[in-house]
Amino acid sequence: MGDTQTLWQFFVMNSDKLFQQTLQHIGLTFISLFISILIGLPLGILISKYKKFSKPVLGIAGILQTIPSIALLGFMIPLLGIGPKPAIVALLLYALLPIIRNTFTGINGVSEEVTEAAKGLGMTNMQILIRVELPLAMPVIFAGIRTATVINVGVATLAAYIAAGGLGEFIFGGIALNNTHMILAGAIPAALLAILFDFLLGRIQLIQFKKIRVIHFLLLLAILSSSFYILPNASAGKLRAGFTPEFIGRADGYPGLRKKYGLDINNVVISDAVMYKATQEKQLDVISGYSTDGRLKAYDLITLTDDKNVFPPYYAAPVIRNEVLLKYPELENVLNLLAGHISDSIMTDLNYKADYLHEDPEKIAHDFLLANGLWRDPRNGKKGTIRIGSKIFGEQYILSDMYAMLIKGYTDLDVATKTGLGGTQIVFGALVNDEIDMYPEYSGTGLLVILQPQTKIIDSLILSKDKVFDFVSKNFNERYNLKWLQPIGFNNTYGL
Amino acid sequence: MISVNHISKSFGKNIAVKDISFNIKEGENFILLGTSGCGKTTTLKMINRLIVASSGTILIRNKNINDIQPEKLRRDIGYVLQRNSLFPHYTVSENIAVVPRLLKWDKRKTEIKSASLLSKFHLSEQRLSAYPNELSGGEAQRVNLARALIADPSILLMDEPFGALDTITRTAIRKEFSTLEEFRKKTVLMVTHDVQEAFELADRICLMDKGEIMQVGTAKELLFQPANDFVKRFFADMYFQSSLSVTKLKDIWPYIKVCETPEHIRPMLFTADTDLWTVIKEMTENRQDKPFINIQQQTQDKFADLEDIMNAFSHYKNNL
Repeated sequence: MGDTQTLWQFFVMNSDKLFQQTLQHIGLTFISLFISILIGLPLGILISKYKKFSKPVLGIAGILQTIPSIALLGFMIPLLGIGPKPAIVALLLYALLPIIRNTFTGINGVSEEVTEAAKGLGMTNMQILIRVELPLAMPVIFAGIRTATVINVGVATLAAYIAAGGLGEFIFGGIALNNTHMILAGAIPAALLAILFDFLLGRIQLIQFKKIRVIHFLLLLAILSSSFYILPNASAGKLRAGFTPEFIGRADGYPGLRKKYGLDINNVVISDAVMYKATQEKQLDVISGYSTDGRLKAYDLITLTDDKNVFPPYYAAPVIRNEVLLKYPELENVLNLLAGHISDSIMTDLNYKADYLHEDPEKIAHDFLLANGLWRDPRNGKKGTIRIGSKIFGEQYILSDMYAMLIKGYTDLDVATKTGLGGTQIVFGALVNDEIDMYPEYSGTGLLVILQPQTKIIDSLILSKDKVFDFVSKNFNERYNLKWLQPIGFNNTYGL
Repeated sequence: MISVNHISKSFGKNIAVKDISFNIKEGENFILLGTSGCGKTTTLKMINRLIVASSGTILIRNKNINDIQPEKLRRDIGYVLQRNSLFPHYTVSENIAVVPRLLKWDKRKTEIKSASLLSKFHLSEQRLSAYPNELSGGEAQRVNLARALIADPSILLMDEPFGALDTITRTAIRKEFSTLEEFRKKTVLMVTHDVQEAFELADRICLMDKGEIMQVGTAKELLFQPANDFVKRFFADMYFQSSLSVTKLKDIWPYIKVCETPEHIRPMLFTADTDLWTVIKEMTENRQDKPFINIQQQTQDKFADLEDIMNAFSHYKNNL
C-alpha cells in the first residue's frame, strides 16, 4: 500500500471485500433488529397493559444499554463463543430499549377517550390493540425502530472484534495499521448505511396507506435483508485461526505468511483482547499472538518458529526526544540500565504476572528491579519532570513503571506517567507533539508502522535485527528528532 | 327496558355511586342530570359494563347484563362520548363502519346505511373520505352520533354528547337530533349538566348529587314538586325561565277565558303544544304594542294577551 494510493483506488481494489463486509454489516444490523422487534414489540405491549412490570423491564433494558458495547461483546464470548451469534445477541440487546420504550410510550400516548370509545363500541381487547392502539402508536414505535437501526449500524462495527465480520474489519484494521483509507473504507459505508436506513424507514413511515400492512412489509424486509448475511464461519474447516485486524492487513502479518509459507487457513478477524480467551474456550486453534505475551504461558499456547523470517524483529527500546536528552544528559545512562536485563522468557514471565495473575504492574516492576539489584529508593528530586507514555497493554505499563522508578532513583528528576495511550499512532503523536518525553517502542513497529519505507528496503533489512534497529534509529533521528536508546533485549514479535 | 337495582360503586375509599335504583321504559328519553362528580357518568358506564358495579344488579330486557358477554352487550348499545372520540386514523366512513365491521356486515349494507344516516345529519358524501382532524366540531359530533346509530341499537347511551360544542352549534345539533326518528324511537340514557338540554330532551330526569338520586321525575315534577331543598336550589337560578319552558299552552288552556278576538287586532297564531317561554319570547319581539295570540287546540280557538297568559300560568301552578 503506497502513500500515493487514493481513497477511490482503495475502494476499487478492495471492492470485493467491501461488498462482502457491507452485506455482512447489513445482515448483522437487520437480523438483530428483526429479533429485537420480535422481542421488544410484544414486551412493550405487555408492559403497557400491565403497568407494574414497566419499571423493571424498562430498567433492565436501560441497564443493558449502559453497558459499554465492547464489554457486552466480551460477556457474550463465554456464553456463545465468537462469531456472528454473540454479536447478534449483543446488538439485539442494544436495540431492545428504544423499541420497548417507544412501544410503551406510543400505546400509552393513545388518548383514553379513543380507547374508551373503542371499548364502548364493542371491540375486544385484541381488536382495540390491533385496530386502534398499534396504528395510533405506530409513528412513535417507528421512531424507536429507527433509533435502534442507527444504533445497530454503529455498534455492528464492533462486531469485527469478535470475528463476526462487518465494516468494522476495515475500521479496526485501518486504525491498527494507521491506514486512513482503510478506516474510511469502513467508516464511510457504515455512516452511509445509517443515513440510508434512517431515510428509508422514514419514507416507509410516511406511507399512510393501510397502516397495519406496514408492519408486514417491514417484517418481510427484515427477513430479506437478514438472508444477506453470509455467516463468515459457514465454510470453517477443521483448523480455525483468529487474527487481529492489524495482523490481517500488515505486510508482515497474514499476507506475509501466505507468500512465504503458502499458508492458507480459515481465518476470522478478532480483537486481541478477546482472542486469547477464545482459544481457551476452544473456539480458535491458531491465533496471531505476541511472542512475549503473558497469556501464552497462562493459556498453554505454543509459539511456532518463524524460520523464514516473515515477522520482522520487534526489539523494545526507549524512544526519547533529543531535546530532553540535551537538557538532562544523565537520563541516557539511567535508561540504558535495563538494557540486556530482560530476555524473551523473562518478559513473558513478567507479562504473565500482569495479565494472568493480575499483579499490579508497579509491583512487578519494583520486584524485578529489586531482584536484579537495580532498585534505588526515590530521591524525590525537583530538578524537572519527565513525562513517560505507554501504549495500552500490560508490557508497556511494566516497562514505563520500571523507567519511572529508575529515573526517580538515579536522578533528581521527577516523573509523570501517561499510560494507556491507545495504539502506536496515539503514543507516537503525543511524543512528537511534546506531550510526553519518552516511551518504550519496538523496532519493527517503528519501521513498518511509522516509517513505512518501500518494500525493497524492508526486504533488505528485515532479516537482521541490527539492520532494522540501525535504520529506525537513524531515520527517527533525522525525521523526527527522536533518539532510540539501547534495546532492552527482548523481541516481542508476532507468533502463531 | 333498563332496570337498575341498588347499584353502588366505589373507587378505593371514594364512593362514587350510592345505592341507586331506577327503571327506564322502552322508547323513553331518560336523562341523568347533575354537577360534575355527582356519579352520573359512572352510572352510565355501568350500563354497558365499561365500569363494573360494586354491588347491585342491572337488567336489560329482564336479563342481567353480567350474563352477557361484554363485547356483545356493547355492540347492541349505541355509545356516544363526551368529547371527540372518533378514531383519528380512520376516515369518516371507516369510523361510521366500526360497529358494522365488528358485526361482520357486508360492505353494501354498510354503505347504504351510512349514506342514509349522513343525509339525515346533513353531511355531504364528500366528507366520507375526510379524516376527523379535517372536520369542524359540529361535523365531528354528527359523525360520532352516526357511528353510534348505524347498527340501529335499541338503546343509546350518551355521555355529554353536545358538551364540547359552542352554544350555537350545540343548540342546532340538539334540535336536529331531537327531531330525528332514530332518537325518538330509541330508549335513550343521556348524561348532562345542562339544565336547558335536560328539559328540552328528557321524558324523565334523574337529578343526582354526591352519588345519590335526589329526585326522578318529569321536568314539571322537578320544578313544581321538588322532593327536597337540593332540588329546589338546583333549579333556583333559572327557575322562571325553566318553569315557562316546561309549561305548554294546553296546560294553561282551562284558565284562559277569552274566546273571541278583538276586531281591530291581528293575533299571532300558536298551537297548544307550544311552550310558554317560546310564546312570551315571540310576543315581546312583536312590534305591536299590545300583542294578542290565537291558540288553537283541535277545532277550538282561544285568545289572550301577555297578562292573560301570566294569570293563567299562576292559576295553573297553584292548582297543581
